[in-house]
Amino acid sequence: MIGASLGAAAYERAPEISGILAGAGPVEDTRPARLSAKTDAILTLSGIGIAFGGVKALSDVDLEVKGGEIRAVIGPNGAGKSSLINIISGLYHADRGRIAIDGQSFSRVPASRLARLGVARTFQNLALFGGLSVRDNIASGRVHTRRASFVEHIAGLPRARREDARIAEKVDRTIAFLHLDTVADRLVATLPYGLQKRVELARALVAEPKILLLDEPMAGMTATEKAEMAGFVRAARDRHGVTIILIEHDIGVVMGLSDRVAVLDYGRKIADGTPAEVRTDPAVIRAYIGTADGEGI
Amino acid sequence: MAVQALDAGRPSIDWQKWALPAALIAVAYCLIPAYASSYLVEAILLPFLALSLAAVGLNLLTGYCGQLSLGSSAFMAVGAFAAYNFNLRVEGLPLAATMILAGISAAGIGVVFGLPSLRLRGFYLAVSTLAAQFFVQWALTKFGWFSNDNPSGVISAPHLVIAGFSFDGATGRYLLSVTTVILLTALVWRLVNSATGRNFIAVRDNETAARVIGVPVLRTKLLAFAISSFIIGVAGVLWAFTYLRTVEPAGFNLDRSFQILFIIIIGGLASIRGAFLGAAFIVVFPLALSRLGAALFGWLFDSGVLDMSQRIVLGALIIIFLIAEPNGLSALLDRLKRRIGSRSS
Ligand SMILES: Nc1ncnc2c1ncn2[C@@H]1O[C@H](COP(=O)(O)OP(=O)(O)OP(=O)(O)O)[C@@H](O)[C@H]1O
Ligand SMILES: [Mg+2]
Repeated sequence: MIGASLGAAAYERAPEISGILAGAGPVEDTRPARLSAKTDAILTLSGIGIAFGGVKALSDVDLEVKGGEIRAVIGPNGAGKSSLINIISGLYHADRGRIAIDGQSFSRVPASRLARLGVARTFQNLALFGGLSVRDNIASGRVHTRRASFVEHIAGLPRARREDARIAEKVDRTIAFLHLDTVADRLVATLPYGLQKRVELARALVAEPKILLLDEPMAGMTATEKAEMAGFVRAARDRHGVTIILIEHDIGVVMGLSDRVAVLDYGRKIADGTPAEVRTDPAVIRAYIGTADGEGI
Repeated sequence: MAVQALDAGRPSIDWQKWALPAALIAVAYCLIPAYASSYLVEAILLPFLALSLAAVGLNLLTGYCGQLSLGSSAFMAVGAFAAYNFNLRVEGLPLAATMILAGISAAGIGVVFGLPSLRLRGFYLAVSTLAAQFFVQWALTKFGWFSNDNPSGVISAPHLVIAGFSFDGATGRYLLSVTTVILLTALVWRLVNSATGRNFIAVRDNETAARVIGVPVLRTKLLAFAISSFIIGVAGVLWAFTYLRTVEPAGFNLDRSFQILFIIIIGGLASIRGAFLGAAFIVVFPLALSRLGAALFGWLFDSGVLDMSQRIVLGALIIIFLIAEPNGLSALLDRLKRRIGSRSS
């Protein structure tokens, strides 16, 4: 019942894409080595609860994410997936529960320190800086590493120039990685939707985060674009070992891409396990049949 | 498709970028001092320069950083009265230092009245900057000290002397003004093209995303208020010392704040060039209107009618610009250039 979708077909092509991305020769599969090397959790949510007015968006949710894994979070519309990511990134403050990021435990994650904690994210609805070029949008992803003051910028002092050069180099590499070369100098607002989504991924990746939160990075894309995006997400993990939390409605993409899947329904976690375990879980099947939102299933 | 995309966004070649500023500087320093009539300098160029600089300052805050302010005229007043007092009370203070200190005073007040921006946005922030407008005007009228106990709060420009040379004549005041405007505009140009300027735009376009990637949002907003007010403060000094020569607090009223806001709307938000285009329009427009009115209607077109028709036409223009061309004259000019370019090629 679950699984047969165009997303699954799209995923078949992803290894080949990541091979191209890697540039120099075939990519070796680093997965087994990586997983045995780092098995401890890099991100742990325990007992998370949040309500908006009377609506309990999340109740008593636990989630454990291991270093280097792709951890999918799925569920019907309004299940609380975005709320979960907003809590991890400090935009929402949970009423209950704690969040441990790479050894540091919080009841409220400080959003302004998020980048320095090694967490980057994308948004369900595009959150780019429309008045900046693609290149400048991506460069802004490294703003947390800047130290030079505005006076140094105006005067063009060495430290400001060094920072600019260092960031420009990383931006160039990210642009090449995500195949954005041809549009790098365009105003981001003039790009088609699919490319804007990719620029947002670039802005997150350029920060070289330990943890990457992706809120529906493939929503609204064509099958080809989805396959490409899936390839990029996978390549980001394989090449840089970044831990990824992925929210996605296309079950085919999720099943092919992720190591483990957590399923939310009405703010509760109803299943958690490998894709194979989750797809046969009766509670999951019930949750999805019970809604009109059967996309991809 | 790839090639097309590449072309569309490429910055133009360097000589193209520098040709126009170089030509303008040549006109500003060679042609105008030699040939401009004193009417042109006194009635058009001096107000144009001061208003342009104020608009550059407001554009930094509103156009680039997205923080709407109706307090510009208050910051001009702070600049003007601070310069007057520094000059009066500090023996032998050089004019340049006076102007910088005046700018810093305005920046300080700007930061104080920028604090609400940490909580308020858009319309609500604009209303809170009105507080600056009323408070400053009230304080300058209420406390005689600011105007050296002049009964009506009027201050007069001191002698403008730099390195022993007097700049009191029309040409001297023009040179002082144009030099200040060019220097500060160059600094602002560097700023908006730096990482700090991009932080301004990031905060304007998506504050949440900016915060999450590590833009220090609060500091960025206050910095925008500080730098913007500094520049508007210096513009106030130019207004008082080089253009009007005698000013009173009532001269820096809400009308002036709106005038500067209209300049950046008409000229183009987030565009330095727009500030100058808008200021040119605002200065020339009433003069042109009165000539036109007098030519068409003769004596019927008195100052009352002029004032009213000016407000009506200006109001209509603002609405038209907001609806039809939110990027102002600057964008119109770009489009015109492109059309001419495509026709000739
Ligand atoms: N800022 C908010 N204010 C009020 N209610 C909110 C807010 N954010 C989320 N909610 C509510 O919380 C519930 C969960 O929303 P959330 O956006 O987390 O769901 P989701 O799983 O991401 O859904 P979708 O698949 O549609 O993106 C919904 O009922 C939503 O209306
Ligand atoms: Mg969501």
